[in-house]
Amino acid sequence: MDTFAQLLAGLSIAVSPHNLLFALAGVLLGTAVGVLPGIGPALTVALLLPVTYKLDPAGSLIMFAGIYYGGMYGGSTTAILINTPGESASMATALEGNKMAKAGRGGPALATSAIGSFVAGTIATLGLTFLAPTLVEIAVQFGPEDYFALMCVAFVTVSATFGDSPVRGLTSLFIGLALGLVGIDKLTGQARLGFGMPELLDGVEITTLAVGLFAVGEALYVASRRHHAPEQVEPVRGSLWMSLDDWRRSWKPWLRGTFLGFPIGALPAGGAEIPTFLSYAIERRLSKHPEEFGKGAIEGVAGPEAANNASAAGTLVPLLTLGLPTSATAAMMLAGFQQYGLNPGPLLFADHPQLVWGLIASLYIANVMLLVLNLPLVGVWVRLLAIPQPWLYAGILVFATMGTIAAKPSVMELAMLTVFGLMGYLMRRFDYPIAPVVVGIILGPVAEAQLRRALSISLGDPMVLVESPISATLLGIAALALIAPFVLKGLDRFRAQED
Amino acid sequence: MSRIASRIFSETPVSRRLFTALGLALLAAPAGLSPAAAQMSDLKIMAPAAPGGGWDQTARSMQQAIVAANLARSVQVTNVGGAGGTIGIAQLVNGAKGDGNQLMVMGYVMVGAILTNKAPVTLEQVTPIARLTEETEAIAVPANSPLKTVQELADAIKANPAKVTWAGGSAGGVDHIAAALFAKAAGADPAKINYIPFAGGGEALAAVLGGKVTAGISGYGEFDSQVKAGKLRILAVTAKTRVPGVDAPTLTEAGLPLSITNWRGVVAPPGITAEQRAALTGLVEKMAQSPAWQDILKQKGWDGALMTGPAFDAFLKEENVRTTDILKSVGLVKP
Repeated sequence: MDTFAQLLAGLSIAVSPHNLLFALAGVLLGTAVGVLPGIGPALTVALLLPVTYKLDPAGSLIMFAGIYYGGMYGGSTTAILINTPGESASMATALEGNKMAKAGRGGPALATSAIGSFVAGTIATLGLTFLAPTLVEIAVQFGPEDYFALMCVAFVTVSATFGDSPVRGLTSLFIGLALGLVGIDKLTGQARLGFGMPELLDGVEITTLAVGLFAVGEALYVASRRHHAPEQVEPVRGSLWMSLDDWRRSWKPWLRGTFLGFPIGALPAGGAEIPTFLSYAIERRLSKHPEEFGKGAIEGVAGPEAANNASAAGTLVPLLTLGLPTSATAAMMLAGFQQYGLNPGPLLFADHPQLVWGLIASLYIANVMLLVLNLPLVGVWVRLLAIPQPWLYAGILVFATMGTIAAKPSVMELAMLTVFGLMGYLMRRFDYPIAPVVVGIILGPVAEAQLRRALSISLGDPMVLVESPISATLLGIAALALIAPFVLKGLDRFRAQED
Repeated sequence: MSRIASRIFSETPVSRRLFTALGLALLAAPAGLSPAAAQMSDLKIMAPAAPGGGWDQTARSMQQAIVAANLARSVQVTNVGGAGGTIGIAQLVNGAKGDGNQLMVMGYVMVGAILTNKAPVTLEQVTPIARLTEETEAIAVPANSPLKTVQELADAIKANPAKVTWAGGSAGGVDHIAAALFAKAAGADPAKINYIPFAGGGEALAAVLGGKVTAGISGYGEFDSQVKAGKLRILAVTAKTRVPGVDAPTLTEAGLPLSITNWRGVVAPPGITAEQRAALTGLVEKMAQSPAWQDILKQKGWDGALMTGPAFDAFLKEENVRTTDILKSVGLVKP
């Protein structure tokens, strides 16, 4: 088997002590920056590029891949422990993960996220190894109308899943959609809702919104409740490790998350947000313990985490085969390739097989390293929860502010962080779900741009939305997801009357 | 085995040049006996964009070349991102007035962004220093497209501009402007072109490869590897002269009197003295001729296009006038 032989050759390159060292440095750095909000893997790679310029290409690319994977792991740690997602991709993890941590189950939450990431990362890297050339052929066939249909599926499932009532979920989603309109319209270049402030022209920074809503809002809420009924946080209850039941409840979400994350991550405009939220929605629907969702269900951590890591491997498909960066970090890695005069694309596999297969092989190794690195750390991390609440939340506020300043040093950004923090507090106080806001701001502008592109290409004919088989299928799924709950409810009532 | 592969096993090469430069700087600094006329003290270069993009890479490459050529004692790169560089330029004009040690990277994209964003601070307020690099735009179609020559594309667009769909980068950017200029040169109304902006050239490339649009227009570098793999065909390049290694005519050769490139350069704050300006210009000229810079150009695939002094002043004015006209005619700037 040709691919297999090449992979073995790649492995022999990746396990050279020198490259193992690079992989280790990468995953350590990646985990560290993933833990800090605001400093993502993209910025880290950007800062390292000039430093690595003189190093050999294989080593530094292996290190970049380590940073990328490590960032995905690290981002979920803060999401679970202090409800502050380091990246937008770990937002879905924060929903159940933090609830688990507060109920003393932080250990199992971190473990299922680490092992799930490992499983997903490994399967997805296998997918990258064997399916990349085929997958990319399919991926470029995805037109604007198909993306729009995919967004519709995401909107429907997300708004139907979050919150106690669909109206509250939809309200939150529309707040997010409105915030997503701020900035320069991508298709006409006109400013919308900018109020003459140049800082607003690039739109609302997603990390600022997420950190404001999740971390600052949470801190304010906890402070406001302190004298009523202080929330009991138990650092550890039961075993620090996953019980047999936890394993039983985790393995299917891991696999489902992988199969959502990898293909969507491989789409040129896919990203990690859609699969993580879709996975969350699906797990909630399929779970045998739906009542636990919102209180700390392990499926809600296992699925999104797996989806998150699988999509990271997915983004390498268009990057390596087309030279198409589909995430900020992938764009930085592309710059990394170019600084060595390598152009990712259809010829990269043919021209530099040792390099490509060395990189792919090192992804397997980075996965193993991350697992070995993260599992023992679980015990250390959960200690964080034993810190007295006022100190912990003061620390979170400092971190949130620092992260925001690091990402975009401006007064305006801090003002927005405060406003979003207050908004997060009010939404918690009045029981509106927070996640749909973030989904709205991320996916809203994309959905809008894709719809307008589709109509622009079809010269205004709306039939284009149902003529493509992919889009028609996806829209069908969306419609089904929207109507099914009502129909089922009606059937139940009908049966109840029969009895 | 290729050069890259053989380097995989080799030991990490230590940069001798960098060490020499550092050593010299260390020796020179405390003694204060450095050849002061040739060396600037602490230079600051602002990249008016987030880390990673073209402007940031230009700024960091300049830093590398200036240090390697020992032209300044230290070089610091800062990022002030946002709104096509208009936030950066506002900061340069308001915050660094009269600072003879400050440069800002900019380029053609900023000319367009200032117009479309109606930015309060414009390029007329800064001190032009030099153009450094340029990249040609290319018009590409999928390999199975019925369009074989650029004339056929021009005919199609003349017949019905709306039916020819273009994929390229952001609205009002160089790709969009090039498409509009092309339509105008082909005898069609540029206001009627069906230009579909994508987030960066990469996503646009996917749309061209998937056959979702008639043609793609972007920097040639975006298309290069797909052309070599036989998936795309280049109909024309937009530079003044043919590009070595690219089997496609210029637009002028094809009978469309038009040339446009995506260039990058540097400017200084307003209010600096003539001596300061001369010193900065001299520094940038020396840097552009240094072997370190030449190496970087080769690595990044940039074309050196050094232009300084009155020539660059005039060039900047010309680009501004032409861009204002075309953006008005496509309706991105209200007359």
